[in-house]
Amino acid sequence: MSSIATTQAAAIERDTPSAYVSEQLWPIRGQLILMLVALAIGGWMGVAQALERIGISLETLTGLESYYQGLSIHGVTLALVFTFAFGNVIAALISIRGYQRPLASTMLLQGSFWFLAAGLGLGAIILLMNEATVLFTFYTPMEANPLFYLAAVFLVVSTWLLLANLVMTYRRWRADNPTERIPLPSFLALTTYIMWGLASLGLAVEVLFFVLPWSLGIVDHTDPQLNRILFWFSGHAIVYFWLLPAYISWYMFIPRQVGGRLFSDGLTRLTFILFLLFSIPTGLHHQYTDPGISAAMKAIHLVLTFVIFFPSLITAFSVMAALENGGRKAGGKGLFGWIFALPWSNPSVNAQLLSMLVFTLGGATGLINASYTVNLVVHNTAFVPGHFHLTVGTAVALTIIGVCYWLVPFLSGKKLFQPRLALIQGWLWAIGVLIFARGQISGGLEAMPRRTAIGEAAYELPGWDLSNALTAIGGSMMGISGALFFIVMIGTLFFSKERTEVTDLPLTDKPLHGPQESWEILDRVGLWTMVAVVLIIFAYLPTLISYLPAAFDSPAVKVW
Amino acid sequence: MLLSGLGAILVSVVGAGTMLPTPAGRVPPEEVRQTPPFDNPGVREIEPGKYEAVIVAQIWAFVPNEIRVPAGSEVTFKVASADVVHGFFIENTQVNAMIIPGQITEVKQTFDEPGEYLLICHEYCGIGHHNMWGRVVVE
Repeated sequence: MSSIATTQAAAIERDTPSAYVSEQLWPIRGQLILMLVALAIGGWMGVAQALERIGISLETLTGLESYYQGLSIHGVTLALVFTFAFGNVIAALISIRGYQRPLASTMLLQGSFWFLAAGLGLGAIILLMNEATVLFTFYTPMEANPLFYLAAVFLVVSTWLLLANLVMTYRRWRADNPTERIPLPSFLALTTYIMWGLASLGLAVEVLFFVLPWSLGIVDHTDPQLNRILFWFSGHAIVYFWLLPAYISWYMFIPRQVGGRLFSDGLTRLTFILFLLFSIPTGLHHQYTDPGISAAMKAIHLVLTFVIFFPSLITAFSVMAALENGGRKAGGKGLFGWIFALPWSNPSVNAQLLSMLVFTLGGATGLINASYTVNLVVHNTAFVPGHFHLTVGTAVALTIIGVCYWLVPFLSGKKLFQPRLALIQGWLWAIGVLIFARGQISGGLEAMPRRTAIGEAAYELPGWDLSNALTAIGGSMMGISGALFFIVMIGTLFFSKERTEVTDLPLTDKPLHGPQESWEILDRVGLWTMVAVVLIIFAYLPTLISYLPAAFDSPAVKVW
Repeated sequence: MLLSGLGAILVSVVGAGTMLPTPAGRVPPEEVRQTPPFDNPGVREIEPGKYEAVIVAQIWAFVPNEIRVPAGSEVTFKVASADVVHGFFIENTQVNAMIIPGQITEVKQTFDEPGEYLLICHEYCGIGHHNMWGRVVVE
């Protein structure tokens, strides 16, 4: 990392018409490296789980002690570290670029890096010691080593430090520019992080007030149902904290990358405001089958969950408008001709276009999960991992990979190694995940449980053989695709001799409909945050009041 | 489109009577085995054609792990955990619920078709999770 940092920083600063300073570039580069490390570890675990389906022992393959230890590592490294690191990197970069000034606090930015590194390091040690085989949801009263919860706290603190930094930077910029519209890239980063700041409070209360004191032995008993309510307060919104950094790429970079323009500045702001407002008061749709929550509360969250589908529909419209704009400029004719005129030969664009296509299926299966009674058919079955490998596992992960194809050259100053390999990588991932998800979804519809070592299970149903085979084949293809990605990354960092021509973020040009056409009230971030808090209180206060008094009567149990 | 989806869900609740689990009482996990009805788990007929199946979920078994009822019975399952979170999922039915320590889970299902229905713990509950299962035999 240090060699990349020192040799190339000067070059980037000279070429880039913005405000990157080397004290702020190294923590950004450092978090990108942590992100790649997390992807490598978590991805390997994913392949091992897929192969377990066809009788290849995960323990033998990985040297771990159980399938569930591998599953815990998979969840923590990918759902927490990989995604948080990318969010931190992209939010810092586009905020700096948007405001054309460094972030307000270099110390806080470096703090984000150190907390992420500490969280990954500590978490990995505890998980590898088999002291935290509790999956990334760590449902009490199964109890992990207290240091595992501390590692989770470090990871969240890393994002909080960036949030504080973004708010401080905004305030300073606003003091100097009292009447200007917030630059769109900075606005998207700010609203994403405020949403997550509010969302993470559930997790923070759960861990700091209930789980940590209990795992340290300060109190003997805990309330598993209350802990689950707090967990899912954060647990659905976290998926938007995974998704919005990918959306930032689709809104801010993809239009330029395909030679088109963003459709509308105002519609983009509106989309992110809607995510700020509605991401959190939807968490109970993960708990439709929990016994401790009334049907009325579940129904309220059902309706709000359907609302949060709306900004993703707007996104589908906006992104397609920008793509069509680019495709037609490149000479694409007719109803569908513009699709083929898009720059599919650019590995960054290719990976992200494929991730968008896969995401349409991810969105549709997500609506099925959210649909109250229909959820009874699929809840906690393999259908659910089928769904979220289409969303976070592809719409997000493959977009992040696509962004890396310009971001790593930009940050290292080196030309992308073997772009042809990178193209194959994108296709292999997309086809692989469709086969994988087909296996998991059909298995789920035939009652196959999720989070279960199916290859070793004491029971089996007739349809599961095909499901297992497809899961293993698709998962292996994703694994090979991941290996190609790392060949390209390592090749770029260590074996690429040429300088890259990427010297700036590929930020979209002026939108077709600029900020002057949209309401200034969209920029009142403080006001929208207050509205979000009111909605959260509306959705969660009755839930909590009707649940209380809490039932602190579960002692810790070690189950592995 | 979204409104029609919500409408369809409303029909499934009001028309088809599909219910989600709702609060059905509490029992501390350490006292489950001494607390009625969980001190005497098993199936009983409560009125003609209606059965109650009381089950304790524990690592890594359902007690009892076999429920026998005649075809056409309406079965009310009352389940509580003696330790960690478990799942309660019966294939080809609407029975899909979480078993959370401290809470009693109650779900109803009418079994019209004779046969064997696999009962699966579908929430990770530890190293033996994949060995936690049972069956409902409809005769």
